[in-house]
Amino acid sequence: MDKDVIISYIPHFKEALFLTLKIGWLGILLSLIIGLVGASLLHFKVKFLQKIVGIYIEIFRNTPLLIQLFFIYFALPKVGIQITAEKCGVLGLGLLGGAYMIETFRSGLEAVTTIQTESALSLGFSKAKTFRYIILPQALSMSIPGLVANIIFLLKETSVFSTISLMDLMFTAKDLIGMYAKTTENLFLLVVFYLIMLIPVSIIGAIVERKVRYAGFGD
Amino acid sequence: MNELLDVKYLHKEFDNNVVLKDINLSVKKGEVVVIIGPSGCGKSTFLRCLNGLEEIQSGVIRVDGLEVNPKNKDIVKLRQKIGMVFQSYELFPHLSVIDNLIIAPMKVQKRKREEVTKEALKLLDRVDLLDKKDMYPRQLSGGQKQRVAIVRALLVHPEIILFDEVTAALDPEMVYEVLETMQELARQGSTMIIVTHEMNFAKAVADKIIFFDKGEIVEETDDVEGFFASPKTERAAKFLDRFQFTTRL
Amino acid sequence: MQALGIDVLFKGTNLFRLLQGLWVSIEISLISVVISIVLGLIVGILMTIDRPFLRIILKIYLEVVRIMPQMVLLFIVYFGTTRVFGWDLSAEFSAIFVFSFWGTAEMGDLVRGAIKTIPKIQFESSLALGFNTVQTFVVIIIPQTIRRLIPLAINLITRMIKTTSLVMMIGNVEVLKVAQQIIEANRNTSPNAAFGVFAFVFFLYFIICWPISRLSIYLEKRWA
Repeated sequence: MDKDVIISYIPHFKEALFLTLKIGWLGILLSLIIGLVGASLLHFKVKFLQKIVGIYIEIFRNTPLLIQLFFIYFALPKVGIQITAEKCGVLGLGLLGGAYMIETFRSGLEAVTTIQTESALSLGFSKAKTFRYIILPQALSMSIPGLVANIIFLLKETSVFSTISLMDLMFTAKDLIGMYAKTTENLFLLVVFYLIMLIPVSIIGAIVERKVRYAGFGD
Repeated sequence: MNELLDVKYLHKEFDNNVVLKDINLSVKKGEVVVIIGPSGCGKSTFLRCLNGLEEIQSGVIRVDGLEVNPKNKDIVKLRQKIGMVFQSYELFPHLSVIDNLIIAPMKVQKRKREEVTKEALKLLDRVDLLDKKDMYPRQLSGGQKQRVAIVRALLVHPEIILFDEVTAALDPEMVYEVLETMQELARQGSTMIIVTHEMNFAKAVADKIIFFDKGEIVEETDDVEGFFASPKTERAAKFLDRFQFTTRL
Repeated sequence: MQALGIDVLFKGTNLFRLLQGLWVSIEISLISVVISIVLGLIVGILMTIDRPFLRIILKIYLEVVRIMPQMVLLFIVYFGTTRVFGWDLSAEFSAIFVFSFWGTAEMGDLVRGAIKTIPKIQFESSLALGFNTVQTFVVIIIPQTIRRLIPLAINLITRMIKTTSLVMMIGNVEVLKVAQQIIEANRNTSPNAAFGVFAFVFFLYFIICWPISRLSIYLEKRWA
């Protein structure tokens, strides 16, 4: 491995890291929104919409992100829907992640007992306020381990962005290998930059998870 | 008319099984009504109907002249007039004791934090739990949790409080502290409907005894001492007999 | 139909080629799953054994798999080994290697989790009966975890199939690659082929993965 080559490539990878993080986290944000809305629709058993959410989950959980991105990026323009590669990345990751986040939030909501709802109702809370002040906070804290796992999964999935010509880490490595054939150095940097991206999330996740799992409220 | 609660021809079924049939009951302000009866006789379901947690098939429940109906929009307002304490306490695990107490008055009734907190601390002190105000429910014993739950119900300023077997899940040595709190409330003139298996407590606190069996009121009397000494119906006599037998064991 | 480019699917051998490409994906997944289950059982058992050194090694292995995208692993194995060791691995072998490496860790963790739910007294009473450690696992412990593990293993198959879509990135001719070739070849005659063909591939993945994941959920509920 050539040290000088590595140093000269770092700026490229840094730029790619920022792009990957930007699109990755925007996608995760979108997936969290979809997850919360979807899980709420399922929780309140909203007719019709509940069915749609179910179908959405099945479709996006049972197909690879790669083909979802291909479909959005290459196929949809043929029927007149055209979006940029960056938006496609955010949308694709958000839709895929949303399907997983709904499941995670839903199991959190299911873990809150019905009698908790009843006790809130008996204090005069409306259904909406019961959800907002009593059910949701408990469900969210129970969802945390699942959320952390989903976030790591989604950040890893960003590696397929390169297929729609987004200049993420993977794209940069491939591109540089193609141009200068410095395979070892590029693969080394690729691994290092993924570690930079994922290790902090993994560590923070592990800490939060342990707190939630072993302590519960009040320790 | 000083009837706070008025139930007429209440009829309730689950999947064609009649759980409550033609219940009539009226409760005056300040009255303490104790409901007893064998397990599964419908007494808990009855309490849940009073609070609009169950839909009823026919009949009318009125509190303060207003009809209790889970489908009505004003059920939220009505429930503030009817407090309820559950067997399993149901404190909110994500909130500290003090937050458990003030959340409903603040978020539901839009009262000021300082004012509610002041009242909450006063009541907590009354049940000897002032030092626990910043703890979380999981750090409390069952008896302590139940006393907090009672205070929580009181802070909404209900006109009537329902107690659903509130000591049934407690260790024997904690039953007393909860019953004592309830007796104190009764002495202060609170209107209460209590479902319980604690017969001595029932005898001490009740203004009116109602004996439930198989979904109907079998015996209803204001003569509490008389009921326990010699009930008028055979079913109540049998129940009390069996009950005394098992407690003697 | 032509406007949506669906007609392309029925031209010449296109449909057949797509299905052939799909078979490549399925083949890679099935081989990888079988390897993952076998090795995963062993790794899972090893993870429950109280040997500090072994535990650290396995922990590192698990973390690598947890953090590194499969695509990066694929690149390292396919391109990196050629460079560093001069090996010329085929795309298919690289894919099976990487997916098994990943799947073994996933399966191992599931096995570890399942073993953890078996009460300690089961191990002790088995040892007390004179079974040795290996016999204890094979005869007593693993059979108790099977019902828990089968749905999870089935679920791993769908995840494996979804992941195989990545192998086109190292030049393997599987369903997505074939799709691209077909779209490219019909660029002039049906400019909208991308819609029809990608929609079809989307559908293919769904129709394979969906029943398998339903089966996994069904078994999980039934055996819970």
